Amino acid sequence: MLKEDNTLISLDNAGINRSNHWLVRGVSMSVSAGEIVTLIGPNGSGKSTTAKIALGVLDTDEGLVYRKPKLRVSYVPQKLDLNWTLPLTVTRFLVLTNRASKTEIESALSATDTLHLAKAQMRNLSGGEFQRVLLARAILRKPELLVLDEPVQGVDFNGEIELYKLIEDIRNKLNCGVLLISHDLHVVMATTDQVICLNGHVCCSGTPASVASSDEFRSLFGKQATQGLAFYKHHHDHEHLPDGRILPATEAEEHTHV
Amino acid sequence: MFDDFFVRALVGGIGVALVAGPLGCFIIWRRLAYFGDTLSHSALLGVALGLLFELNVTLTVFALSIVVSLLLMLLQRRASLSSDAILGLLAHSTLAVGLVVLAFMTWVRVDLMGFLFGDILAITHLDLAIIWGGGVAVLGLLFVVWRALFAATVSYELATAEGAQPDRANIIFMIVMAGLIAVSMKIVGVLLITALLIIPAATARRFAVSPEQMAGFAALVGVVAVVLGLMGSMEWDTPAGPSIVVAALVCFLLSLLPIPSLVLRKNSNSH
Repeated sequence: MLKEDNTLISLDNAGINRSNHWLVRGVSMSVSAGEIVTLIGPNGSGKSTTAKIALGVLDTDEGLVYRKPKLRVSYVPQKLDLNWTLPLTVTRFLVLTNRASKTEIESALSATDTLHLAKAQMRNLSGGEFQRVLLARAILRKPELLVLDEPVQGVDFNGEIELYKLIEDIRNKLNCGVLLISHDLHVVMATTDQVICLNGHVCCSGTPASVASSDEFRSLFGKQATQGLAFYKHHHDHEHLPDGRILPATEAEEHTHV
Repeated sequence: MFDDFFVRALVGGIGVALVAGPLGCFIIWRRLAYFGDTLSHSALLGVALGLLFELNVTLTVFALSIVVSLLLMLLQRRASLSSDAILGLLAHSTLAVGLVVLAFMTWVRVDLMGFLFGDILAITHLDLAIIWGGGVAVLGLLFVVWRALFAATVSYELATAEGAQPDRANIIFMIVMAGLIAVSMKIVGVLLITALLIIPAATARRFAVSPEQMAGFAALVGVVAVVLGLMGSMEWDTPAGPSIVVAALVCFLLSLLPIPSLVLRKNSNSH
């Protein structure tokens, strides 16, 4: 695989096999500095697994993984089950894997509107507060690569838009690469440079506009929409038939993404 | 001043408590309360093997503790059983194998009571040197890997992703635990060492707001328990090791008493 100088990570045909079952297979992708790459796909499509391969948390059973040497990574995991016996304040949590000065900590907390929680115990935070603190910790590390696994869980809709805005700001400020996992397609599409649509393998990838107009994407999320899971809709560019087939409308290429 | 057996017992006990406190915090945070028990059960097999092959018993106990910890790490990674089930499996099977091996060696007799409770009043100058020398080394190592070990305790995946090298920290933790068990078994007994790991840390949990504070408090509670326990055992002529455990338990019970329970009662009265 070709590597440009600013490639942070790249996967080439990566796959993970667990008890004779491929969790993901044939995944190729890369993230460069200053680029936002979004992984989308239904539940169980291997989004988190792919992110963990990129992070080096999981080893691949086939394919190649390149990671820039000494890459400084911040990771916002999908789930973090804190043991309630841990006495852990927000401030202490922020310096979990790195050192930081008091002013650095305060500015990271301010960026996510959580400065008032600095002395709170982690186990007493609400879901939305917890997500914001996770993000503050990620910012504080001044990462070259920021990996966010469903970062807006438990955050209400307005907060969601703000958080995505914040992620974009971080990217602009630090010029870091961002690997984002999301199913909030309607919001994510506007800010992302590259979309990779996963379903055990890479269904399709490219710019948001090209992916959204691809047949694979439509069939994948058309199916999901019939189960009421996704609310992303093209503006009347296709219809879903009861049996799951998709009927393209005539003005299919008219829509845009805002 | 170390010529008095009571002073030596105090100094030795305090040394063990200072190390056991911070290590015990990790045991509690990681829900490995039976880890100490498992290592102590397997220690009997270590004693048996040491006698069988005529090796230094402390060394064989140390080696076996490391083998058991490694097995635990491997089995946890397979994750087909929960940690407590794996610990129970390792504890009882190594204990049983140890007893069977001992039964074959009709020419040795092992003092099981001494093994369980040690004899803190019989601490020698050499024991003191081992406890304090080893203790300083253990605390030094712990200080070096503290951040990584704590990060690995909060989230192994997060620590791995962000380059905190949790595996290295975990292995050092394991070696340090094995060392503590091996050294203190002969001196204070396996029952006392597991109690000194768990009870002070559990007591400290109530008052700590940060992990570092909890480690410090746990060490302090352990020291108080050793001092009170030994003085009590002098006063009432009770066995020294169990008296220390009882003193630690009293500290724990006292920590449950104060303000919050009163507040709760007030709330429930006023409906």
